[in-house]
Amino acid sequence: MSGVLQSMRSNGVLGLNRRNGDYILKMNNRRFFPLVDDKVLCKERLQERGLAVPELIALASYMQQASHLGELLGEHNEFVIKPAHGSGGDGILVIKDRKSDYFVDSDGQLVKRADLEHHLTNVIGGLYSLGGQPDVAMIESLVHFDPAFSDLTYHGVPDIRVIVYRGYPVMAMVRLPTRESHGKANLHQGAIGVGVDMASGITVGGVSGNSVVSVHPDTGSQIAGFQIPHWSRMVSMAAHCFEAVELGYLGVDIVLDEELGPLILELNARPGLNIQIANRRGLRHRLDAVDQLGQVNESPERRVEWACQAFGDPQPDLLNQAPW
Amino acid sequence: MTRNRQWVVLSVLLVALGSLTFAYKVVRLGYPVLPDQTSEQWIVQARLEIEPVKGPVRASLLLPVRSTGFAVSNESFVSRDFGLTVEEDLFRRQADWAIRSLDANRTLYYRATLIRDTRQSRFATRPEIPQAPQLEEPWASAMADLVEEVKTESADVQSFAAEVLDHLSKDSDDANSKLFLENVESPLDRARLAQTVLAAAQIPSTLVHGVMLKNDVQRAAVHSMLAVWDGEDWLLFDPETGHQGRPEEFMIWWRGEETLAGVSGALINDLQISVKKRMTSSLELASRRTELKDSFIGRISLLHLPVQTQSVYEVLLLVPFGILVIVLLRNFIGLSSFGTFAPVLIALAFRETELVKGILLFMMIVSLGLVFRFYLERLRLLLVPRLAAVVTIVVLLMTAISLISESMGAETGLSVSLFPMVIISMVIERMSIVWEERGAIISIQEGLGSLLMASLAYSVISINVLEYWVTVFPEVNLIVLGLIVALGRYTGFRLTELIRFRQLAGKDPA
Repeated sequence: MSGVLQSMRSNGVLGLNRRNGDYILKMNNRRFFPLVDDKVLCKERLQERGLAVPELIALASYMQQASHLGELLGEHNEFVIKPAHGSGGDGILVIKDRKSDYFVDSDGQLVKRADLEHHLTNVIGGLYSLGGQPDVAMIESLVHFDPAFSDLTYHGVPDIRVIVYRGYPVMAMVRLPTRESHGKANLHQGAIGVGVDMASGITVGGVSGNSVVSVHPDTGSQIAGFQIPHWSRMVSMAAHCFEAVELGYLGVDIVLDEELGPLILELNARPGLNIQIANRRGLRHRLDAVDQLGQVNESPERRVEWACQAFGDPQPDLLNQAPW
Repeated sequence: MTRNRQWVVLSVLLVALGSLTFAYKVVRLGYPVLPDQTSEQWIVQARLEIEPVKGPVRASLLLPVRSTGFAVSNESFVSRDFGLTVEEDLFRRQADWAIRSLDANRTLYYRATLIRDTRQSRFATRPEIPQAPQLEEPWASAMADLVEEVKTESADVQSFAAEVLDHLSKDSDDANSKLFLENVESPLDRARLAQTVLAAAQIPSTLVHGVMLKNDVQRAAVHSMLAVWDGEDWLLFDPETGHQGRPEEFMIWWRGEETLAGVSGALINDLQISVKKRMTSSLELASRRTELKDSFIGRISLLHLPVQTQSVYEVLLLVPFGILVIVLLRNFIGLSSFGTFAPVLIALAFRETELVKGILLFMMIVSLGLVFRFYLERLRLLLVPRLAAVVTIVVLLMTAISLISESMGAETGLSVSLFPMVIISMVIERMSIVWEERGAIISIQEGLGSLLMASLAYSVISINVLEYWVTVFPEVNLIVLGLIVALGRYTGFRLTELIRFRQLAGKDPA
């Protein structure tokens, strides 16, 4: 037991207690939390900075609006309903098609209009919000993920999570939806986490839950060695988010749209630690490396350059052959 | 001091404050550390029977003085028609009864309740150096020889006094001593004789008198002891055996040459001292002792509150212990539950139902509640009304369980009313969300996890000693607070993370 502890420590594994005590409490000023916890506000902030986000179709903040679904949706046949203050992916409903009063969700199941309205009232009532506070339901346009990912995903949209520490992107992973996760990209709902090399954007291997996987369980494709398109742009966008919300320890979720390119889906002030398992690497050595830079106000571009050099693997091909 | 280290100081201060108050109450005020401890107390009664002779009658009785070993917690006098005054100074107390005329025999009573008292206190002031006794020959030279002899065999006052008593013991074959021992008949005589020898050596001494508080005695004998001043303190010696030190059961009543009772205008027919032992709870004794001392810490005690309020606080003051368990389980073990502190409230309910029955009742209510919750979901009620409906259903379920178990003659069903119904409703609501979002297995797993945490919290707060401690020593919660503050800065791994990140252990990947 103490051997495991020792080796986890020397490998720089970050635990929840230290993440909360030494990083979130110190680096993330409470004042700025609403900027990420409120997804509507967050979207506005990111747009002000010129960062691309999925288009917001409508907001529903009153119960009565739920019954006027037609007006809210307008001509949109595909959309996503999200609680503005949701966490962990709860309460997100993805609709891919619409036939008069019937909707089709990401699993291809039919959803009645009344069910959809009820879901909206639940969201507005605060069922999914952090403190049970009344919430706002966001209706966003659906992201059409880049076909590059089609071999690596089952329904739903894969997303890229980048941990940005004091403005420096330090670690990244791709989250691949599976049948088990019902098209959602959240690891605790059954999605696969795949480590990504910072410099090249090439995947290195995946985990499902806490166990290592080498092929996607639903498509059978090899997970490692996949080049993520638009990688350098994604890393740069992630680094820019630091200026937008001023949180020192930040998780940035990016999706890749077929036509619009990388879009920032949401930001997270308390990003999870599974990214370490996906990358088979502890976070702390990288966080320490950033801390050693001291207080320097560099441009996002300079930060990305430094991070890719510091954290990128010089020989990503070798990693691909690692026995995952 | 940096802000980063303040928590260490705060935590240490809180723990120290709590422990010191606790220790003070145990050591100085004599509060028992464990519940249900009993200690002895004694009822000592002096019964004075007087026979009037002529004119006004006065009777006096010396009362127990404050001294090491025992304290008077309560006393009373029975003396019909007599006027009573009590004189007291620091080392002497006396009751005086007076009546203008008395025509028949009369009995006067004094009754005192005595409890053990660990405080040290003197029973007499610092004495003067005594005058050497004026003796005639041959006693004078025998005394001088005796003192000389004892002096050569002793080093200090203590050993001197012990040697004197040794020389004056019954089977002494010392020629000088024998001369003096001719007239010695009682221990008191021997003690007085020893006083004379000590006076010859310019050592102050006095006599102390009292009774042995051991078992019930109808007619207790007065024991006298020799007290010798060694320059700093009084040393007690048993005049018969020469043993030094106050026997544990010896209660010092009065000192000096006086007699216990005196009368004028009457005769003492009988003076009887009786001793009765009684067992009382240590806690009661401690609070009485505290009252005697008028200690501030003792005065801010929960025991002064009405009994019902006490039992409310007993529960409230247990909550921090339950919460400490939750902190340990969450931040050190890494368990999670529905609602941060909901398990503590459930654990409090278990106190009334007992663990196994409590768990069964809890599972019964939650699973029935879940069934209704899923039905309500189909009715598409809005969130708040739906929650309200769940709470109402939980209340009705609890009532139904009580009624059914009552008709079946099972009493535990009744205590179901103590379950925190709103908390249970929230658990039901959260479970049903997790059920829909992440599946039945995870939902049931997390529900059982909450139950496990509640059981663990219960197993801590149901420890008998804790319940007693929080009422008698509420300051233990300061210790708990100090611990919680200290635990709050623990940033190491949680136990479950050792499993979660086990793949990251092993060879250094960097």
